Amino acid sequence: MDDLLADFLTETNESLAELDVALLTLERTPDDAETLGFIFRLVHTIKGTCGFLGLPRLERVAHAGENVLGKLRDRTLTVTPDIVTQVLAGIDQIKAIVSHLSTTGAEPAGDDTDLIAALNRVASLDAPPAKKAPVTLPAAAQPPPEPAQIEAPPELVPVEIIPPTAPTPAATALQAQPQPPTLPNAPANTQTIRVTVDVLEDLMTLVSELVLTRNQLLQLARNQENSGFTVPLQRLSHITSDLQEGVMKTRMQPIGNAWNKLPRLVRDLSHEMGKKIELTMLGAETELDRQVLELIKDPLTHMVRNSGDHGLETPAERRAAGKPETGTIVLNAYHEGGYIILEISDDGRGLAVDRIRAKALANGLATEAELAAMTDSQIQRFIFRAGLSTAQTISAVSGRGVGMDVVKTNIEKIGGTIELKSTPGQGTMFTVKIPLTLAIVSALIVESGKERFAIPQLSVVELVRAQRDSGRNTNEGTGNSVIERINDTPVLRLRNRLLPLVSLTELLALGVEDTAESAAHVVVAQVGAHMMGIIVDRVFDTEEIVVKPVAPILRHVTMFSGNTILGDGSVIMILDPNGIARASGVGAGSENRLLRANSADTQTSADKTAMLLFRAGESRRMGVPLGLVARLEDIPREKIEISCGMPVTQYRGKLMPLIAIDGGIDQQKPTQPLLVFAEGDRIMGLMVDEIIDVVEDRLDIELAGARAGLLGTAVIGGQATDVLDTGYWLMQAWQDWFRGVPRQGAAAGQKHVLLVDDSEFFRQLMMPTLGAAGFRVTAVGSAAEALRLRDAGTMFDAIVSDIEMPEMDGIQFCRTVRAGGPWAALPMLAMTAHSDMETARLGREAGFTDYVAKFEREVLVASLRNTLVETVAA
Amino acid sequence: MATELLDRPETAAANGTTGEDTQVLVTLTVADQLCGIPVLAVRDILGEQTITRIPLAPPEIAGSLNLRGRIVTAIDLRQRLRLPKAAPGQARMSVVAEQGGELYALLVDQVSEVLSLDASMFERNPPTLEKTWAEFSTGIFRLDGRLLVVLDVSRLLALSGEE
Repeated sequence: MDDLLADFLTETNESLAELDVALLTLERTPDDAETLGFIFRLVHTIKGTCGFLGLPRLERVAHAGENVLGKLRDRTLTVTPDIVTQVLAGIDQIKAIVSHLSTTGAEPAGDDTDLIAALNRVASLDAPPAKKAPVTLPAAAQPPPEPAQIEAPPELVPVEIIPPTAPTPAATALQAQPQPPTLPNAPANTQTIRVTVDVLEDLMTLVSELVLTRNQLLQLARNQENSGFTVPLQRLSHITSDLQEGVMKTRMQPIGNAWNKLPRLVRDLSHEMGKKIELTMLGAETELDRQVLELIKDPLTHMVRNSGDHGLETPAERRAAGKPETGTIVLNAYHEGGYIILEISDDGRGLAVDRIRAKALANGLATEAELAAMTDSQIQRFIFRAGLSTAQTISAVSGRGVGMDVVKTNIEKIGGTIELKSTPGQGTMFTVKIPLTLAIVSALIVESGKERFAIPQLSVVELVRAQRDSGRNTNEGTGNSVIERINDTPVLRLRNRLLPLVSLTELLALGVEDTAESAAHVVVAQVGAHMMGIIVDRVFDTEEIVVKPVAPILRHVTMFSGNTILGDGSVIMILDPNGIARASGVGAGSENRLLRANSADTQTSADKTAMLLFRAGESRRMGVPLGLVARLEDIPREKIEISCGMPVTQYRGKLMPLIAIDGGIDQQKPTQPLLVFAEGDRIMGLMVDEIIDVVEDRLDIELAGARAGLLGTAVIGGQATDVLDTGYWLMQAWQDWFRGVPRQGAAAGQKHVLLVDDSEFFRQLMMPTLGAAGFRVTAVGSAAEALRLRDAGTMFDAIVSDIEMPEMDGIQFCRTVRAGGPWAALPMLAMTAHSDMETARLGREAGFTDYVAKFEREVLVASLRNTLVETVAA
Repeated sequence: MATELLDRPETAAANGTTGEDTQVLVTLTVADQLCGIPVLAVRDILGEQTITRIPLAPPEIAGSLNLRGRIVTAIDLRQRLRLPKAAPGQARMSVVAEQGGELYALLVDQVSEVLSLDASMFERNPPTLEKTWAEFSTGIFRLDGRLLVVLDVSRLLALSGEE
C-alpha cells in the first residue's frame, strides 16, 4: 500500500470517528453553524482526497453526503432526525469502504446507487419555511466534553510533542486536547507526530527490563556498604522511575476513546426500540493503559447496550411509572488508588429478581432451597453466570444467553472486578474496577513451602498473623487468631466471621509439610464478593513487578496469572486469586456454597437452640440439635456385634445398627457413647468419641455443605462446630429410612405440607424429618414467598409456620391466610422457640390450629397427623 | 552465576551451512547417552542455573529460570525421555532453544563440543529403537566407538499444556 493511501486512511478514520460524534451533536443543536461547518469540512476533505487518490466509489458517496451537508449549511434544508439518519448511513458506507481499503488496498466492488439516490432525494427536498428548529435542548448547546480524536487505525496513536516552552511536558503528553469538535482546525499549539504502537510496546518492554535490572542492582548495592556505586545507582534508580512513568504515559489514553462509539450506538438503539435514551458520559478524560482500554471496549459496549435494551423501559412504561419519558444511561469513570472505577448506571426498571430466580432454577444453576435462602442481590448476581439471559424475547441487540458472563470473564481476565446494584423500578448500576495498567503491578511477595510467590496487591485486603492449631485450643483469652480445622478444611475466625482458608502448600502440592513453626500468615483476599484466606509461611515486602505471561505449555495451570523476575534475579510465579478461588471452590465454581454462607449472615434467627455437643473422628467438635436425639447411651464395648459386616447392638429387645462418623471405632475405651435416633420402629445409634455438653446458643450455619453428613459449620459456645446432617446418617443405617416410610404415608394419601421458616438450617432439618414421617414437604423462606405460592394456585394439606420471621411474622402470615383465599381453611401449625402461654394464646387467636415448640419433632409430627385426620374426618 | 560457555554460536553455524553433506551438531549427554542437537536450533548454552520450581506443572517441566531478563522454561530432558532422574546435587547444564517466540532450556547432564559430521555417517533410527526415543530422534550418527542420537528440538518442545 503506498504511503499516500496509508496516510489518507489514517486521517479518514480519525475524521470518521469525529463525524459520528459531531453529527449527533448536530441532531440536538441543529442551529449550531460551527458544528455544521465542521462536519461539512470533514466530508469535503474526504471527497477531495478521494478524487486525488483515484477512489471513485468513495468519492461518489462522499459527494452525495457533501451535497446534503452543503444544503444544511446554506440553510436550504433544516436538520431533522431523518436527514441525520441518512447522512449517518452515508458515513457508514464510507467506513465500510475505508476498512476494505485498509485491508486490501483497493476499493471493494459494489453499488451505492440506492444510497446516493436517497441522499440526493434528501438534498433535493424543498427548504421548509424558515421556522424555528424542531428541538433545542438547552444542555446540548455545549458539545460533549470528549476529545474528538483518535479512533480506528489501531496501529497508530498520536503523540504530541510539546514545544520546550510548555510548562509540564509530561503531564500533557499524548493527551489530545479535549477541545470541542467545533474547533478542530484551529491551528494546533502543540505538535504531534505519529508513532506506531509497536514502537511504544517495544519501549515499554525495554523499560520493563530496565526496571528489573535496576532492581537487581539495588539489591546488590544493598549488600555492600559504602560502595562507590551507591550514589550513581540512586540517580539511575530515579531516572528509571521517571522513564517508566513517561513511557507508561505514552500508553495512556483517555477512556473517552473507548466511549466514542457509544453515542451512536445509543442513538441507533433508541430509534430501533422506540425508546428515548440520553447518554451522559462523565470523566471521559480519565486515562488508562491502551492495552486495558482495548480489552474493556467490548464489555463496556455490551453493558451499555444491555442497559438501553432491557434496562430502560419504553416511554409509555416510564410515564406509567411516574418517571420522565427519557431514560438516562450514565457512564462515569474516575481514578481511585491504582485503579480506574467505571460505573454504568441506568434509571430503568432494575433487574427482575423473580425472573432471574425462575431462570436459575430452570437452568439448574441452583436448587429451589438454595434460591430460597438467597438475598435478592445474590440472586441478581446470577446474571454473571453462563446461560442466563432475562430478556424475554431475543432481540437483535441482546438476549441470546451470552452476555454478562462473558463480560465478567473478560473483566476478570485483566485483573478487574465487577459488582452490581439494582433496585426494582429505580435502575441498575454496574461498577467495574480495573487496574490502570497490566504491565507493572504492585504485588505482595510471600513464601510457602520454601517457594516464593507474588500475589497482586489489588486483591489483598489484609494480613493476619495466626497460630497453626495443633490440637490444643489455646486461643481462649490470648487474643491470637488460631487456624481451626473442620475435618481437614482450615478456617479462621475473623471478627466473628468464619473465613474459609486455603493452604498454598496443599493447593499447589508443594509437597512440603507445613513448617513446624506454629506461626503462619493469612493473606485475606477478596475475589468478587467473596473473601478467602490464603495460608502462607512468610510474608516479605511488596514489590513492583513486571508481569510476564507464562509459557504456553503452562497456561492450563489456572492458579498463575503470570511470572516475573524479582530484584534478586530469581523467577517467581504470580498467583491469580481468581484461579485459586475457582480451584478451591470459593466463589465462581461453587458460588452456591458461599452464597449460602453469606445468607446465613442475613438470616440471624434470634432463636436459641439446645445443641448437644460431642466429639467424633479426629477430635472434631460437632453438634446436633438436642431435640432430634432420642436418647444418649453408653454401652459396653463387648455388646457391639458384627452382623452383615455392620456393627450392631441389641437394644431394648431389637437390633440397632451402629454407624461411626469416621468409619472407624476406637477400640481402646471400655464403653462406647452413642446418640440414639429413633423414628417409629426404626432405631439407630451413632457412635461418637465423647459427649461434651449441651449448650443453648444461636444456631447460624456459617459455612454450609462442606461435606456429606454435615449441614455446615456454626460458632457454638464460642468455637467452630460442625453441625450434623441427621438425615444423612439415618440413611446410612437404613437406606430406606426415608424411602420406606412415605410408602406407608402414600397408602394413607400422602399429605403435602408447606413449611415456612426463615432459617435455612431449620428448613433443611425439617424437610427430611417430615419426609420421614410420610409427608411431602415444600419449604419456603418467608411468608411472602408462601403467599406467592398461594397466588400461583399451589394447594397444600397443611401449613407449618415459624413465628419469628423478618418482615411478615407468623402471626401476621396466619391472619393473612385466614383472611381469605384458597388456603383460608387449611390447618396451620405454629412453631416457635418461645413456648410461653402468651405467644401461644396470640397464635391461637390469629388462627393457628396448634402450637408446638421448635425441635420437638415427635410432637410436631403427632400434631400434624392429628390435625390432618381431623380435617379428613371433617 | 550463569556461566555462559557458548553464546550464540554464529561462527559454528556459519560453518555448518557450508556443505550440504555435513551437519553441525552440539553434542550433549543425557544419562550417559551421547546426543546431538542441530547447532542452528541452539540459542544459548548455560551452566548451572537457579531454577524456580513451578507447582502443578507437568513433570517434564523443571521450572523457570532467568536468562538476561527473559524468563525461560526449563525442561528436564531426562524426564522428557523417561530416563531415571538425575542424582540430587548433580551439576547440570542447559541448552536454550526457541519455539514459537518462547525460550526453553533443555536440562542435560553435560554439553560437550560442537561436531561437524559427514552425512554418510548418518542413519535412520533402527526400527527397534524404544518408542520414547524414536519419538524425539531424527536419526543416528555412527561415530568412532560411540553412537550419537540426533534429537528433534521442535518435537521435544511440543508439550501440550493439557497433558
